[in-house]
Amino acid sequence: MNQKVNKIELSEKDYQGAPSSMCQGCGHDAISASIRKAFYESSIDPRTVMKLSGIGCSSKTPAYFMGQSFGINSVHGRMAAIATGAHAANHLMTPIGVSGDGDTSAIGLGNFCHMVRRNLNITYIIENNGVYGLTKGQFSATADKGTVLKKGQINQNDPIDICQLAITMGATFVARSFSGDRKQLAPLIQAAAAHQGTAILDVLSPCVTFNNHEGSTKSLKSIRANLDPVHDLDFTPPAEDIAVDYDPGTDVEVTLHDGSRIVLTKLRENYDPRKRMAALVALDDAIQQDKFLTGLIYLDQNTPSFAEQMQLPDTALAYLSEKELRPNPKALDAINDSFKV
Amino acid sequence: MPINDINICVATANGSGSASSNNILFKSIFHMGIPCSSKNMFPSNIQGLPTWYQIRANAEGFMARKDVIDVMVIFNPATETEDVTRVRKGGMVVYDSTKELDDSLLVEGVQYVGVPAEQLVKDNVKAGVLRKKMRNMVYVGAVAGLFNVSMNSIEYVLKATFGNKPEVIESNLRCIKVGYESILEQNISHDLGTLEEIDGGNKNKIILEGNTAAALGCIFGGVSVVSWYPITPSSSLAESIEQYLPKLRPEKDGKKTYAVIQAEDEIAAAGMVLGANWAGARSMTCTSGPGLSLMNEMVGLSYFGEVPCNIFIIQRGGPSTGLPTRTQQSDLLSMYTCSHGDTKHPVLIPYDMRTNFELSRFSFDLSERLQTTVFFASDLDLGMNLWISEPLEDSGAPLDRGEVLSEEDLKARGEKFARFMDEDGDGVAARTIPGNMHRDAAYFTSGALQNSLGRRSEHEDEYRDTLLRVRQKLETARELIPPPVVLGNGDQKIGFIALGSSVEATREAVSRLSKKGIEADIIIPLGLPLHDELYAFIEGHEKVYLVEQNRDGQVLSIIRDERPELSHKINSIRVFNGLPITAGGVMEEYNRLGEV
Repeated sequence: MNQKVNKIELSEKDYQGAPSSMCQGCGHDAISASIRKAFYESSIDPRTVMKLSGIGCSSKTPAYFMGQSFGINSVHGRMAAIATGAHAANHLMTPIGVSGDGDTSAIGLGNFCHMVRRNLNITYIIENNGVYGLTKGQFSATADKGTVLKKGQINQNDPIDICQLAITMGATFVARSFSGDRKQLAPLIQAAAAHQGTAILDVLSPCVTFNNHEGSTKSLKSIRANLDPVHDLDFTPPAEDIAVDYDPGTDVEVTLHDGSRIVLTKLRENYDPRKRMAALVALDDAIQQDKFLTGLIYLDQNTPSFAEQMQLPDTALAYLSEKELRPNPKALDAINDSFKV
Repeated sequence: MPINDINICVATANGSGSASSNNILFKSIFHMGIPCSSKNMFPSNIQGLPTWYQIRANAEGFMARKDVIDVMVIFNPATETEDVTRVRKGGMVVYDSTKELDDSLLVEGVQYVGVPAEQLVKDNVKAGVLRKKMRNMVYVGAVAGLFNVSMNSIEYVLKATFGNKPEVIESNLRCIKVGYESILEQNISHDLGTLEEIDGGNKNKIILEGNTAAALGCIFGGVSVVSWYPITPSSSLAESIEQYLPKLRPEKDGKKTYAVIQAEDEIAAAGMVLGANWAGARSMTCTSGPGLSLMNEMVGLSYFGEVPCNIFIIQRGGPSTGLPTRTQQSDLLSMYTCSHGDTKHPVLIPYDMRTNFELSRFSFDLSERLQTTVFFASDLDLGMNLWISEPLEDSGAPLDRGEVLSEEDLKARGEKFARFMDEDGDGVAARTIPGNMHRDAAYFTSGALQNSLGRRSEHEDEYRDTLLRVRQKLETARELIPPPVVLGNGDQKIGFIALGSSVEATREAVSRLSKKGIEADIIIPLGLPLHDELYAFIEGHEKVYLVEQNRDGQVLSIIRDERPELSHKINSIRVFNGLPITAGGVMEEYNRLGEV
């Protein structure tokens, strides 16, 4: 039987992980499926991928995709820091981080902001459900003002909008999507993985157990009713000479540094994700109208990535030879001399 | 009259140029070949607060601070009232005689020597920013005149310090000379002794700070990723690494072969170190007590997720902000038992410049060998003061990367790779490094319990077995950490245990006891867990004194816990005022214990 394979001769099975332990119908499982699909479609070898996460329901999910990838499930809120070190040690691998809204926007907010500032080359997915699931249903910092908990409490504080924050902090790729929209999400993940820099994907992912009731602004029903995509999105991996349906009048085509292409078919007038202030305004407009703006909201390909800023070599630091790592003992002579008076 | 034995304390305000003048005086005495040491007691401030700098010449070569002060230079009006009371009877006060000395500063039995520093600087240096800073150079000249510091040595050190700035050398030298001449003109006589050049003295010796030696140890240990957050007294360790890496680690492909990252906080710094070590690069961070508190959770992940990690703690006065620019050995237990749950970690404890270098280098071998956090416990006295040392030496030994399986190893292996299967009983299982392309190589690291196959588990037996296995690593560390150093022939009835920066003062205290006819051995542990030889030393001595610079006897509590039957032999000497420990401080506690 001829199994369907991608360009590097891997089947979809090679992108699977352990069976999921999420609740039945959890949005996170749908995101894991989109991740599997995106990496399969982009023909990224799982053995070249590092999976990173913090703590929480979302942070468990890297176990459920790409079982042949090394992974680290770290401590609450600190995946950004762990990823920074891991990437510095081996910047030739493709890091994908999975976090939650508590992990990123509350306990880990500081580390998240600084990872973004450094433009670490990472695909960073926030599985955003507005609630702490693993501790059974408390508000997170992305919970909307006025939204109601299952037990009846009403949230008094304005939410942190992760996309706005990321753009303000200097993120170079900012997208929002919905776990249930694989058609949009999978190509966004492909584009994020191809992007040279921090790619933030804020993915609305309803918590079917603790935040799916009447009065919640992040229930499946509420999210579906308020999705506001700015464009349809197509991703073409590098060296795939496929003609895409492209209308120069209304579409925006972006070529990424690795040669892959994104075609954005406009659903609204004059939206170009390469304009920073326009992106912030569009996000703000959507917030004022209680809408979830989705799509590739912001893209900057001009800021050097962390690895470029750090001038990391063509060999990963983790794979330098002993000869490269250890100075000759004689090198100490000159240093000792400099300490003499 | 004593020769080459004098203890000078210079009181200035920080930011007044005193650092340069103090350094020049100290290095000039060193250049004369005289054994000497210096201690900088500085405030947590950039400009205007009191600083004291002690320079001690000591023919016997003891380098600890001395609390009996022979000469006090009072160049800081804010502290002069108290400063004059700290000079010993028969000692000397050197003051700025531009203004008349206030009667309230006169202490009976102390000799007063004036040098009109402010006036001399006014007469010799053009008005400007530099003039204020030159006043301290006049005291260097005055001390030189009083105790025969060689003007040749001073000139030599000035040139070595300001090599490419002839005008700076010239103006400094002019101020030193006028101070010197002012003393000679006064024809002062005193019986405080003199300094005499020693031919070939200090030959080949080097002067450096412990943080510099530790930084070099990191580089010779192959460090590739450094992440740090600035905090006194550890910042200069990271900054030294950053200074020396470009010189010692050649570029590859025209690019850097290391990454130094200034983190946003200590949690992130530790996180980056964990991430880098997990991905296979040698990585370290450095901090002091407050940073260590923040790193606690990461250390737990390193311990239970079995990820190598290197944390250098330069201890200062705690708790909380405590005395941030003073020294202490009060974070030893915080390191040893860092993080929640049952944890214990190897701690390496240097006591001089060479062990700063060697143990720093070794810490990377140990953390990869054990796949866990290894602490390096220095302190402000060792880390930030200048110490005289024999040159540093690198053994050239290969790096010990521990049990790491390559693709070829996995191919050659009959059975499947099981991440946490300890095959030889040392508590450590082989690991693979991301980038290993073998299909079985990958594993999922987690702070949550994983069984020997590397699978998530909540099974009670597997939990207990894992806790016992990771404890075994500490026993392995006990054997791997270099054995303690013994000073003396080891067969005396009395023994002293001293570690870290307490060693010099203890060595001097034991020498003082010897002059009274009481002989004692000294043992210097180089880390935690304590070596079996240390316990044998306690067993072999009738009475043992344990010297440590903390309030609660932290090392004593470890001995009590591990070997309760030995604890009755131990007399605890605790010196914890935040200043570099002195032989006098050790003796005071020793005598007090004797009276009990």
